[in-house]
Amino acid sequence: MSIFAKVNPSKKNVKRLARKATLQVAQDDSKIIIRPPKGWTLINFRDLWLYRELVYFMTLRNLQVRYKQSVLGILWAVLRPFLTMVVFSIFFGGFAKIPTDNSIPYPIFTYAAILPFDLFSKAITDTSNSLVANSHMITKVYFPRIILPLSSVLGTLLDFFIGFLVLIGMMFFYHITPSLNAVWAIPVYLLLAMVSALGMGLWLSALNVLYRDINYIAPFINQLWMYITPTAYSSTLVSDKWQILYSLNPMKAVVDGFRWCLLGGPPPTSTAWISVAVAVVLLVSGLFYFSRMERTFADMV
Amino acid sequence: MGDIAIRIEEIGKMYRIGGQVVKYRTLRETISENLSTTFRHITTGTRAKEVIWALRHIDFEVHKGQVLGIVGRNGAGKSTLLKILARVTQPSEGFAEIHGRVGSLLEVGTGFHPELTGRENIFLNGAILGMKKNEIDRKFDEIVSFAEVEKFMDTPVKRYSSGMYLRLAFSVAAHLEPEILVVDEVLAVGDAEFQRKCLGKMSDVAKEGRTVLFVSHNMSAILRLTEEAIVIEKGKIDYRGASKDAVDYYLAHDYDKGGEHIWRLDELTSAASEFKPIAVRIRNSRGLATETLRSTEPATIEVEYQLKKDIQGLRVGIYLITTRGEFILTSFDTDEPLRYEKHAIRNAGHYTSKCVIPKDFLNEGRFVVGVNASSYKIKRYFHDEQALVFNVNATNAPGMQWPENRLGPIRPMLEWCIEEAH
Repeated sequence: MSIFAKVNPSKKNVKRLARKATLQVAQDDSKIIIRPPKGWTLINFRDLWLYRELVYFMTLRNLQVRYKQSVLGILWAVLRPFLTMVVFSIFFGGFAKIPTDNSIPYPIFTYAAILPFDLFSKAITDTSNSLVANSHMITKVYFPRIILPLSSVLGTLLDFFIGFLVLIGMMFFYHITPSLNAVWAIPVYLLLAMVSALGMGLWLSALNVLYRDINYIAPFINQLWMYITPTAYSSTLVSDKWQILYSLNPMKAVVDGFRWCLLGGPPPTSTAWISVAVAVVLLVSGLFYFSRMERTFADMV
Repeated sequence: MGDIAIRIEEIGKMYRIGGQVVKYRTLRETISENLSTTFRHITTGTRAKEVIWALRHIDFEVHKGQVLGIVGRNGAGKSTLLKILARVTQPSEGFAEIHGRVGSLLEVGTGFHPELTGRENIFLNGAILGMKKNEIDRKFDEIVSFAEVEKFMDTPVKRYSSGMYLRLAFSVAAHLEPEILVVDEVLAVGDAEFQRKCLGKMSDVAKEGRTVLFVSHNMSAILRLTEEAIVIEKGKIDYRGASKDAVDYYLAHDYDKGGEHIWRLDELTSAASEFKPIAVRIRNSRGLATETLRSTEPATIEVEYQLKKDIQGLRVGIYLITTRGEFILTSFDTDEPLRYEKHAIRNAGHYTSKCVIPKDFLNEGRFVVGVNASSYKIKRYFHDEQALVFNVNATNAPGMQWPENRLGPIRPMLEWCIEEAH
């Protein structure tokens, strides 16, 4: 039977949805309506739900493929943040003597920041290329296009968890006990990082279909973003009057949050809400732009 | 209303010139383009509005269980129509209603990843085509055995032979069991055997009462598999009717402008210096170069070439080859001894060698013309075994009262007599 058979919305609903979205599933025997798109629409969440298993399979594929035919394989997930931490510790912590918060040892201070930032930057790199790299799928089959950037972002989670195990090991080594808040705070901050990455990724991936410049811009964005995120230094180095402006970077709140609940850094202030708001704006605007551009992907890619 | 599978009303698809032709742009180009159009807008008061309608005013209905053929030459809009129905691209105007899941054999292997194993690819590919996981689980064994790759389920598909790869990809697509199947033979890849399999699957689907849209350049396949067909030309439906009439209409209008191959400089090797091939053409009985011939009419194959020097003992000839690579015949312009005597030395100049393929000679199907120019035991000046491809349509050919596939590449009208034994 058809995948659309389960859906049985009311007539009123159908009218409302048909007005809003370009493709709709109506009440009788799995009918698909095709019309030209009009104006700004939001992602078709119903279709996304119907294709939820594809999100799982695409994420799985991204994970399975990533380290195929590399000698160190999944070890790269650990090596990248770990080596960054070593270099940062030698130069910024050792020679430049950059102070940490509440005398947290520099290596773990920076590692707790590199870990979520690495997730963020990898998500941006993978996502921005996700549509172009899968153009053969886009030009041949219908499926909600957002699955491509979405599964790219989800695919970075595995690396994060493996890196997180190293962080736990380091906490044992330095005898640091996390606060109980970590149980809820880590997932929340992780979500914040992923929402920001997805928001950026939606913009960049859709733009990449039109302008291949994005391939060159994305690594550059990542590099700059790392400097404006307190990975190598403490966010308290930035003076109070600049904190509001500084919080426009959602990754600042993520890094501060990780340091707070895991290492006993300073607790988050109300400026964290600015970061949350920016992340939400990024995501929602990204969704709108993506669905606006989605209909031309097959013609443009 | 209940038995309609597809209803299309006034569907149109517009492309902006440049949007489709230029594959992608860079920011710099867009910025400079916008500046110049703005400038033009300011200076001339006109705005560049160059658009192409790939499809316009398309209206038709397909009933459940119907097999509808779609013919038209390259660029007529067939593929755009299929893409709209498959929801790959969206129409610019109009409305369409589709009852049921659309599957197509043009998306064979979409999303296959070379690094993943056969098993992993089945699930991924199935999900991309819109199958549920439990549906794939249920059909898994069937898919694997149909593809005949049981032993290699845990091998990355990059280690597969191209045949295994195609079989697996096709098997997944074939088990999708859509209510509506779209077959674009023009885009179908693979060898003759694989294409035969595609067509076989298609008629199975039709027999099960599901709807099929069949796009093909192969008129005999259209005649064999469909009862009704539409002819698309320049983005519009030109004709709709019984397949036989639609094919007649299509052939009579000579939409097919193939039937010619002009050699480019980069196709030629330096060995061809004295003999420079220009073109090979196949013309129907009315003298038009065409890709599709009727077997009931004679056709002419001509080779146009230039000789830079006088050549002794030159013979210019053709091969006829089936698409499977079996040679049907070889023939040279100086086969006849008298003509060979007369053209013992061919002087430098511009020539065309022509030969006639008699009527009632070739069977229906697709054929390849090869070209050879040589002097026996002296030198081969030019050789191309894939110069030109053409189709033969066998409507009204000997034995067409039986709508079956005749074996063999030729279908001559032989002299028969039926003697009664005493």
